Amino acid sequence: MDFFILMLAIPLVSGALLTVVGERAWAPNLNIIASLGTFAAAAGLTIEIVANGPRFAFGEQFFIDSLNVFFVALTAFVGLTTSIFSGPYMKNEREHGRLTAPRLRLYKGMYQLFMFTMLAALTTNNLGILWVAMEAATLTTVLLVSLYRTPASLEAAWKYFILCGVGIAQALFGTILLYFAAERVLGASGNALLWTHLIDVKGQLEPTIMALSFIFLLVGYGTKVGLAPLHNWLPDAHAEGPTPVSAVLSGLLLNVALYAILRCKVLADGAIPNAFAGNLMIGFGLFTLLVAAFFLSRQKDVKRMFAYSSIEHMGLITFAFGMGGPVANFAGLLHMTMHSLTKSAIFFAVGHATQKTGTQLMADIRGLIRINPLIGWGLMLGTLAILGMPPFGVFASEFMILTHAMKYHPWATPILLLGLGVAFAAIFGKVQPMVFGETEARRLPHAPAITPVFLHLGIVLTLGLYIPPYLTRWFHEASRMLG
Amino acid sequence: MISISGLLGQAFAILLALVLAPLLSGWVGQCRAWLQSRTAPPLLLPYYQLQKLFHKDVVLAHGASSLFRAAPFVVFGCMVLACAIIPSLSTDLPLAPAADALALVGVFGLARVFISLAAMDVGTSFGTLGGRREMLVGFLAEPALLMVIFTLAMTVQSTSVATIVETLAHRELVIYPSLAFAGIAFTFVSFAENARVPVDNPATHLELTMIHEAMILEYSGRHLALIEWAASLKLYAYSCLGLALFFPWGIAPGDNFLALVAAIPLLLFKLAIGGAFLAAIETINAKMRIFRAPEFLGTAFMLAVLGLLVRLLLESRV
Amino acid sequence: MNAAIPFSAQLINLFAAVILLLAFAMLAQRRVLALINLFALQGLTLCLATLVAAVTTGQVHLYYSAGLTLALKVLLLPWILYRLVKRLNVKGEVEALINIPTTMLVGLVLVMIAFNVALPISELSHTITRGTLGIALAVVMLAFLMMITRQKAITQVVGFLSMENGLFLAATSATYGMPMVVELGIALDVLVGVIILGVFFFQIRDQFDSLDIRHMERLKDN
Repeated sequence: MDFFILMLAIPLVSGALLTVVGERAWAPNLNIIASLGTFAAAAGLTIEIVANGPRFAFGEQFFIDSLNVFFVALTAFVGLTTSIFSGPYMKNEREHGRLTAPRLRLYKGMYQLFMFTMLAALTTNNLGILWVAMEAATLTTVLLVSLYRTPASLEAAWKYFILCGVGIAQALFGTILLYFAAERVLGASGNALLWTHLIDVKGQLEPTIMALSFIFLLVGYGTKVGLAPLHNWLPDAHAEGPTPVSAVLSGLLLNVALYAILRCKVLADGAIPNAFAGNLMIGFGLFTLLVAAFFLSRQKDVKRMFAYSSIEHMGLITFAFGMGGPVANFAGLLHMTMHSLTKSAIFFAVGHATQKTGTQLMADIRGLIRINPLIGWGLMLGTLAILGMPPFGVFASEFMILTHAMKYHPWATPILLLGLGVAFAAIFGKVQPMVFGETEARRLPHAPAITPVFLHLGIVLTLGLYIPPYLTRWFHEASRMLG
Repeated sequence: MISISGLLGQAFAILLALVLAPLLSGWVGQCRAWLQSRTAPPLLLPYYQLQKLFHKDVVLAHGASSLFRAAPFVVFGCMVLACAIIPSLSTDLPLAPAADALALVGVFGLARVFISLAAMDVGTSFGTLGGRREMLVGFLAEPALLMVIFTLAMTVQSTSVATIVETLAHRELVIYPSLAFAGIAFTFVSFAENARVPVDNPATHLELTMIHEAMILEYSGRHLALIEWAASLKLYAYSCLGLALFFPWGIAPGDNFLALVAAIPLLLFKLAIGGAFLAAIETINAKMRIFRAPEFLGTAFMLAVLGLLVRLLLESRV
Repeated sequence: MNAAIPFSAQLINLFAAVILLLAFAMLAQRRVLALINLFALQGLTLCLATLVAAVTTGQVHLYYSAGLTLALKVLLLPWILYRLVKRLNVKGEVEALINIPTTMLVGLVLVMIAFNVALPISELSHTITRGTLGIALAVVMLAFLMMITRQKAITQVVGFLSMENGLFLAATSATYGMPMVVELGIALDVLVGVIILGVFFFQIRDQFDSLDIRHMERLKDN
């Protein structure tokens, strides 16, 4: 059986199944098993692509190369660990009376469908289908964010829907313009939106249209990435949704949206002679980084704070890809990986911590290390990792981005350092008393799943110390494709 | 060179305007009555009223200056001039070169200034109130009217009404979306300028709402007759202008007297339709509060600008 | 003069202009039900424009696209919205954050911007209805403006859908249609989105006792 079809079919079928059968005792396990299956298929696909090179699927509608297979592997992996984490987490939520059985059913069904839409968005070759999948991903996550049905969560979901709806509409306009440009070269056929066809004729695409198209695409998908000034939905959605959803939003959805921008950037770069697309991304990236860094220090809610941290890192990554070139692209890809793994690990730890203490307000969370040393250490290490402390992997990628910026865009270096410095002070100052300090403990009915936290952090640590040669090759391959 | 037939044609057109204008007002009144299931007044009612007013003595307020007495004649003269230069029957009459659209707006503006000044002259509170409201409406309606005219002027590269009408009447049938916008805007402006229902109600003397009637409260006798006649001439002028700009077919191109006569039935027909349309609009709409009038005219202005923009985008490079 | 433009293109241009006019009418509209009617009318005009494009170019999928628009934008979605308004008992006038004349002026400026942006592109296009791209962009921006300035949740959704109308206009009139797969996907997304929102409305009302989004301003960075 084809790994690719398996990878898309498993989440789709299991998502439908979990929605239909309802909340049973074995449902969480099915969720994990399905995620495991997806991960296995993705791993198989990765091995296949690394060995045999790029391939198509379903005619030319889907296309897997070393760039997107890298995202696919990451997505499937984080999807698996998050499903493991969400098992006991969701059981605890139910014991606390925050969720009912129908909600849990909705959660698991939508979780799998969300995985499906993301994997479809990553692997499709058709930029139109990419848009459709992104929109579908928005719809599924809207339901996930509003899972608690509290006024705050409804407000967050509403904001999320409207803002991303508007953003994604801009992206559609960009896609239409892209089609408009492509149609002049490729003719009015279904091929005119296929990326593999577009990449062959990218030099002939009309620069004026492509410039406008890229602006719309960047703003549109950028809304989903969380680029300032369209980032407002992101902290709300992260803070008010269930923690596993925050983890996949930060760890995966932002990546997928950024991936969409990258695919479009390659086309825009080919069509527009100067580094227009890159400069635009540099500008947006730096602005996002600064905005997020300064908002970080004002946060009281722990999940909100880490959501802003995600925005900050997305800004940094956008900046890296905006600089372009093999080194910056390599650093960007590496940073995306590190950020995904680290941020989801942090959210796992934060999820357990908030369940233990019953609050998301940082002022009320104290002494995690006494309640549960593992959670406390997990949060502390995760925070150190995300702040770019060596020897964690984030340090390596941030270091690469910074040195590259110093070399080619020296003016940006102070801004980068300022943003990173402010973020460091803000986050560290707030997490430190949460981990250490006095507290009253409470027991959870279901033991938390700590494994995913340390699994992620372990990988990040390992990659910080040593990147295996095949991974380097693979990253190089992917960053070469980005030009 | 102005020919005798041209002069005759011009005189005929003016005469026709003087005769037809009260008839149009009567026709609108009749249509309104029918639509509102009332017994209709006779079609010739405006003539009877004019006759009655001309036979009455003029009563002047104590403080009235010569301006007050001159104003009806100035307003009447302006309206006759406007009717003369608007190509209602033919586009090639001796006064046609004077029919610059901007000048036309100016003629209407002159009449407005005089009637407002006259209204304030006596010093009654109603007159001042009406005059101020009239200026408010005019202040908002004129830019809209100008934008409408610019839209049309761009289409034919001229601000001469005669040239515009001639070009529009003698081209292939092409759909101009911009004309649709301009047409709606023009209709809005006409309602406001002629004190018709959504903005003003010509039939009431309700102090809170009236605009036009408040200004002429102090007039009587032949002064009032002239003002009433001028009002109907204004309606006639706007109707003819609208018909000429947006339905220009059937207007005679030359000053041939026979062609002029031949153009009359079609003009009558178009005016009858237009009058019925006006009555229908007046019936289905309620009079809006005076504070809504700026919004109404703002919409007209916006539509006119949109027409201009659409014209630039859709129809420019051909 | 414009004699070079074929009649079908003139028709499409006219419909595009009407869609723009309706977008403005929606911006000026104060009552929710009238707003929904205007939205349906806009959908109908869009459907007609697509139909004319289909007849002109003979592309089969444009017929499907027109049918899809008719079914979805003219019949189904307005019906759903109508039912929602009735069921939720949305009453009274739509409260605008900025008064309507100001909104209109801002809208006018947006149209100018949109036309200016679209002009260089229109010059390049070889389809005869290139001007519609600017109108489509203007409609998108006006819908955006409506979403920003209105306070009822339902008006925001109508604004969102009107934005979709503008995008469809761009797709069908300026480029003669996107590939069918894409159009189907977009339509499906819109439909699912509205259904989800419909469910949402009830929850919002239950939680806030109102559909006024002014109540939903608690989440802030403080």
